Amino acid sequence: MTQLADLAQALASGAIRMVDLTHRLDPDFPVIILPPEFGQCARFRMEEVSAYDHRGPAWKWHNISMSEHTGTHFDAPSHWISGRDVAHGAVDEIPLQAFVGPVVVIDCSEGAAADDDFELTVAEIQSWEAEHGPIPEDAWVLMRTDWSKRRGAAYLNMQDDGPHSPGPDPEAMRYLVEHRNIRGFGTETVGTDAGQGMHYVPPYPAHFILHGAGKYGLQCLNNLDQLPATGAMLIAAPLKIKGGTGSPLRVLALVEETA
Amino acid sequence: MSTPLQPPPKKNPQNRTLSPTRPPEARSRAALGLTAAAAEGRFALQVCAACGSVQYPPRDACSTCLSVNLPWRDIDPHGDLLAETTVRTSTNLYFRERAPWRLGSVKLNAGPVILCHVHGDVAPRSPVRLINRLDRAGQGVLFALPLDRSPNMEDDPQLRALTSDPKHRRVLITEGRSDLAPVLAKALVTAGASTIFVGVSETWRPNPQQQALSEIAQVEILPLDVTDASSTRELAGEIGGKVDILINTARFIRPGSALTRADTAFAQQEMDVNYLGLMRLAQSFGPGMCARTADGVNAATAWVNILSAHALMPAPGFGSFSASQAAALSLSQSLRGEFRGAGLRLMNVFTGPTEDDWHQPLPPPKVLPRGLARSIVAGLHDGLEDVYCGDVAQDLIARMRRDPKVLEREMTMGAADGL
Repeated sequence: MTQLADLAQALASGAIRMVDLTHRLDPDFPVIILPPEFGQCARFRMEEVSAYDHRGPAWKWHNISMSEHTGTHFDAPSHWISGRDVAHGAVDEIPLQAFVGPVVVIDCSEGAAADDDFELTVAEIQSWEAEHGPIPEDAWVLMRTDWSKRRGAAYLNMQDDGPHSPGPDPEAMRYLVEHRNIRGFGTETVGTDAGQGMHYVPPYPAHFILHGAGKYGLQCLNNLDQLPATGAMLIAAPLKIKGGTGSPLRVLALVEETA
Repeated sequence: MSTPLQPPPKKNPQNRTLSPTRPPEARSRAALGLTAAAAEGRFALQVCAACGSVQYPPRDACSTCLSVNLPWRDIDPHGDLLAETTVRTSTNLYFRERAPWRLGSVKLNAGPVILCHVHGDVAPRSPVRLINRLDRAGQGVLFALPLDRSPNMEDDPQLRALTSDPKHRRVLITEGRSDLAPVLAKALVTAGASTIFVGVSETWRPNPQQQALSEIAQVEILPLDVTDASSTRELAGEIGGKVDILINTARFIRPGSALTRADTAFAQQEMDVNYLGLMRLAQSFGPGMCARTADGVNAATAWVNILSAHALMPAPGFGSFSASQAAALSLSQSLRGEFRGAGLRLMNVFTGPTEDDWHQPLPPPKVLPRGLARSIVAGLHDGLEDVYCGDVAQDLIARMRRDPKVLEREMTMGAADGL
């Protein structure tokens, strides 16, 4: 029990800092937009049931509704066709150990500031590894773009030819999955893939490659600029939805403060 | 000529807003035929099927031959003003607050002598044209107009009390993403509306109408999403006291019915926008509008829904959407009853297939935005409750009245063959 006691002590003293990587579930928060003939991602909605009134004199509560993929959310392997036969591919089947683990952050904020369609490539990853060492096995890899600081229409950045936002190219995803055997990949944008990700081969490579290999996704993350490149711990436990392909969730990071 | 209506001054915040009062509502069942015709702006009276005599006032048996077969028929509205008087006070609060009020008797060319309200520009003993309009109690009343247009005739206070004229009024268009929004906004400005609030949902997506809307000086674009109760409440909190006419243009439509879809996702969106959206708007804006129906020149006057004519009978290929429209129609009829106590009029504009992406595979005729805008403004001018815009809607209601079961079968014939 010493380790947990030490952890509690470190959290209380601030030696370990907690960072909230989550956006508010807000009716106005953007969701992914698909061509209108496809089914759409439900926006977050909240309907008042009572507010200390005739509908319930001593209590206030709401009914909420949303998609599994609304707001800051987790993608399970069964979300994508490539992962439909993966063992333990739904959120209620994923082993608990997957929800707490090490995280590294690749800072692409400069590139993304210069180019809305910035691509995370193998070269970018290797240059990061040259500075910080190889990405450890079974770690979360987060792509920092500072996209979470965008508001309104600038977030989806929807144009006549679709959304424009940064993301990984297929080779980068294969490198992370096949050579680094990561646990999952997370972004600040509305999806793990680039806004124009449908034009890669395979289309939506992050979804296709990650989930086909039983890896996880996190998107619409916030505050990635508060994380160190290496050494933090990520806590990301989706709701235990029967057969769920994903879930909105609270994503936290634990960061050791260097004295 | 009528005294031109002046733009209202800014409201004195120290004065209490007048409470709505109403003219008498009680009518016999027979007399409600006049109300039904007025809801569509038709001038109709009972005409005896046995002897052909035109009846007035409405009755249960013919005043000539005692036949009880007295169907309502559109008849020639022309006649001559016989006598007229001006009521200067009344025991009825509504008329007391609005006196003087002009009344008269008109000998119709079709036969009977009618007691009616009289426009200020009608000269004594002159020929007149009668119109049948809903009063603020929602009942059909007859009103004599001069034969020819007189200057500013729609500004006559007695006539304006019967209509939902947009002149000097502030209008809320609830969804500014459709092709209709800028066209309707322009039509309302032309009709004299002072401000057009336009709600736009999901401001984090580009709005294809943004440019066209922002070019209209009277337009104020505001965030509004009818699927979000906090959004409708928030906007009502901000501008609810300034909305004199609300036009609900929000609509979600996808093709398909129960078996042509695999799930209820689109159906939920159809109900959420088309039915629950109306309910959220009503709960947010309705009470404020009902409280302001006696608030001077720009009193709240009308609530407008744009419904598919297939609210009345489902369209082949759009079964689920039609169901959401039927739900909205049903709610609108309850709402109309709830609004009537305050004198707020609810107008449903039924349209056939509109010229848009979702009706692209359907053959013409289709309703264009300018046609729909024209019907809406005309309906407001006439203070109507039911407007049928375009050939498809007019054909559908005519066939519906002839035989609903025949229409049902005709609408679905061929559907089993996948047509």
